[in-house]
Amino acid sequence: MTNPSGIGQSVRRREDFRFITGNGQYTDDINRSGQTYAVFVRSPHAHATIKSLDIADARKAPGVRAVLTGKDLAADKIGGLICGWMIHSKDGSPMKAGGHPALAVDKVRYVGDHVAVVIADTLNQAKDAAELVNVDYDALKATVDVASTQKPGQPQIHPEAPNNTVYQWHLGDKAATDAAFAKAAHVTKIELVNNRLIPNAMEPRAAIGEYDRGSGSYTTHTTSQNPHVARLVMSAFIGIAPENKLRVIAPDVGGGFGSKIFIYAEEVVCTWAAKKVGRPVKWTADRTEAFLSDAHGRDHITTAEAAIDATGKVQAIRVKTIANLGAYLSTFSSSVPTYLYAPLLSGQYDIPAIYCEVDGVYTNTAPVDAYRGAGRPEATFVVERLMEVSARQLKKDPAEFRMHNFIKTFPHQTPVIMAYDIGDYPASMKKALEMADYANFSKRRDASAKQGKLRGIGFSAYIEACGIAPSKAVGSLGAGVGLWESAEVRVNPVGTVEVLTGSHSHGQGHETTFAQLVSHKLGIPIEQVSIVHGDTDKVQMGMGTYGSRSGAVGMSAIFVALDKVIKKATTVAAACMEVPVDQVDFEDGSFSARGTNKKMAFGEVALQAYVAHKFDSSVIEPGLKEGAFYDPKNFTFPSGVHIAEVEIEPDTGLTKVVRWTAVDDFGTLMNPMIVEGQVHGGIAQGIGQAMLEGAVYNDAGQLVTASFMDYCMPRADDLPSFDVGMTTTVCPSNPLGIKGCGEAGAIAAPPALINAITDALGHENIAMPATPQAVWRAAQAMPRKQAAE
Amino acid sequence: MTTNSITLTVNGDQVRRDVPARQHLIDFLRLDLGLMGSHVACEHGVCGACTVRLDGAIVRGCLVLAASLHGSTVETIEGVSDSGEIRDLQDAFIARNAAQCGYCTPGMLMTAADLLKSNATPTRAEIREHISGNYCRCTGYQAIVDAVETTAHKRRSSGPKP
Repeated sequence: MTNPSGIGQSVRRREDFRFITGNGQYTDDINRSGQTYAVFVRSPHAHATIKSLDIADARKAPGVRAVLTGKDLAADKIGGLICGWMIHSKDGSPMKAGGHPALAVDKVRYVGDHVAVVIADTLNQAKDAAELVNVDYDALKATVDVASTQKPGQPQIHPEAPNNTVYQWHLGDKAATDAAFAKAAHVTKIELVNNRLIPNAMEPRAAIGEYDRGSGSYTTHTTSQNPHVARLVMSAFIGIAPENKLRVIAPDVGGGFGSKIFIYAEEVVCTWAAKKVGRPVKWTADRTEAFLSDAHGRDHITTAEAAIDATGKVQAIRVKTIANLGAYLSTFSSSVPTYLYAPLLSGQYDIPAIYCEVDGVYTNTAPVDAYRGAGRPEATFVVERLMEVSARQLKKDPAEFRMHNFIKTFPHQTPVIMAYDIGDYPASMKKALEMADYANFSKRRDASAKQGKLRGIGFSAYIEACGIAPSKAVGSLGAGVGLWESAEVRVNPVGTVEVLTGSHSHGQGHETTFAQLVSHKLGIPIEQVSIVHGDTDKVQMGMGTYGSRSGAVGMSAIFVALDKVIKKATTVAAACMEVPVDQVDFEDGSFSARGTNKKMAFGEVALQAYVAHKFDSSVIEPGLKEGAFYDPKNFTFPSGVHIAEVEIEPDTGLTKVVRWTAVDDFGTLMNPMIVEGQVHGGIAQGIGQAMLEGAVYNDAGQLVTASFMDYCMPRADDLPSFDVGMTTTVCPSNPLGIKGCGEAGAIAAPPALINAITDALGHENIAMPATPQAVWRAAQAMPRKQAAE
Repeated sequence: MTTNSITLTVNGDQVRRDVPARQHLIDFLRLDLGLMGSHVACEHGVCGACTVRLDGAIVRGCLVLAASLHGSTVETIEGVSDSGEIRDLQDAFIARNAAQCGYCTPGMLMTAADLLKSNATPTRAEIREHISGNYCRCTGYQAIVDAVETTAHKRRSSGPKP
């Protein structure tokens, strides 16, 4: 019997009714009685010492309850913000991290850095009073450029990090790689910039801190992707309150894309200040604050080389990257350009030797951390640009060149940590070539040329690592936390089910997909299932949602807990039906005693478990509630092929994405409709990176792109409709066979598009974002004959 | 602080309030009337999350001063949801997974409804053009375009509206 709300069904999202009627409840929609408003005084300088900080006038302004500074935090022994992943340099030394106070003490290090907070009865009073905080800065020269920040003579941002260098890390076998290059028939060398991005979830960050004097406990509502981790950090490291006295609630969250993983100054200050002012303290970012102070993404400069033998096989890849970490280390920033990056440099290819060096550097810019894909888009951009340019230089078909180099047997151990468990890369390529009608591309190119337009096609055969991650493995690589996930399944006496999950949904539709799993496993209607998440007082410790982990890890935890529920319920059913437990089968929501006509529905068994009348409670414990902490065995490895086709008007540089083909292998699909939506959204952000978006700081460290007027995100008329297909190899590393789908589009898209644009232009490179102006310049530089063809 | 007394109709109800001269429509709706369905996401008229209907036309709630609204009629996502006016469009959004995080969705629905009032047969390009003033960071817009297109098609095949 097919369960209409089971695994693999495109069940309509259960969360949508509240969203389409305006009944979602986001943090800024919450207002508390007696609430006050926090406004942060932010540094207008990229780099300056604070000579003096005079809060007297602000303190006297109407409605002001408090003006607090870094000295107040220090007096209360509130610690600084932390980075939770230790990276060691190649010489074995630990990374050199400077302090990160939630409110600056004597120095500011980027425009938007937090200097003081003004708390007043109304938002406008707080804004007005913030203007009265008098900060006397001694402006210092800023270091903004990632390429030069390590050079002698540059301003030093943190005394702990000489030459603004946090670490000089490496991965892989240098000697084997160099040897392969020494005997290569062809070497491809490219220089790449992975442009800096600003995530811009539509909901700006927000926080409301509250303190209850009666119980001595705090409650923080905040826009978090992982409320338990926020509580852990605010308790154990920052020291606001012990965990049992701090409740963190992340209600509906309006998109995250990584930027809401991190623990920021604002939620720390609002929580701490709530006790000081004796009132709830609310802060909501305006959009410019979001641009200035949300953790940014990407921002690498890279030199990459491929050593290719006479048969066209890539024998080695050598990569040198400088990664901008900004002015402070954000919560997971150190891991993004290291362990989330270099281990993906094998791509889908059988490459015997890889060596990668990464320098993580400070600059006077906002902190940089994980943004949709986090390290894997950067790795994929390197690999897929290298493969494309190599194919062109060797005059080989880019699809055939890739297929020639594909890994074809599994499991496959790469030279950079990862052991790929399963995949079928040629299957995705072949399907993508068919869907994209690659065979007839040259005809379409000719047709475009007749109209004076340049048409190009570009491939991206990406791989990524999701399901982060086996705790022991990431611990050995420097992670400060375990990366399991938790679930508790509470069966109520009448057979309805509540699942408490440590994952957090901020657009992914967990209330639907997680309930589908329960419906599937227990054979009960989805209407009887509720998913509870986002509240540390309700839900057991969990690790949250990022890295496309909630399917592979979060749902696996639910799967294991459900198995325990079924096992327990089977013992109850056996006792009630007076048969041995090994004679009881569970199918389609009912327990039956083999060889008899005895049968009990799931709900009846639940009731019997709670009334406990029909079994010996010294043998079987009453109740029906089970939990699980699931630690993954391996990463998962979603992969696929995206093909972009563009048409360029050489006279204007206008580039239209005329066709987009995506073929992805995500393993088991829980809800194909939701998966497709994740792919669409990822591609849109990837196209944004490749063609529209780029954070720009000027030499003085001012963020030039600090509003939606200056930072160009994709609008509906910038994008085509995407042609999405799937291939499936079931993931052997978790019980559901799921790989993860949340970031694939953002990982795959940028190289596909740049490969297409450069194909059209006959160039080997164009910088991202390939804006109309950049494309126009490149088109003007084309030989006239070629442009006219 | 200077306040202005305004009387207006919001979602069919007459409302009288004294509003500060510097208050925007979106803050008036959210803070004074508790209508939290319309969202604030840029406060400079670019993203469309605060789109509401003012005297029949869609406006940015962050670019209109509340004090200017005396005698006006304002409709928000709460109003058009309660009246059932856009139920088919809302159903299509659910059927197509056109809301992911849901934050832009109320504004997007108001804008899409505006298109469907004036154009019964929009092409996909026309739909994209009309909603291009509303940012969505989650969906890549395709599901939204599908939902609007489906709604237009269904309205046509179910005959002219009164």
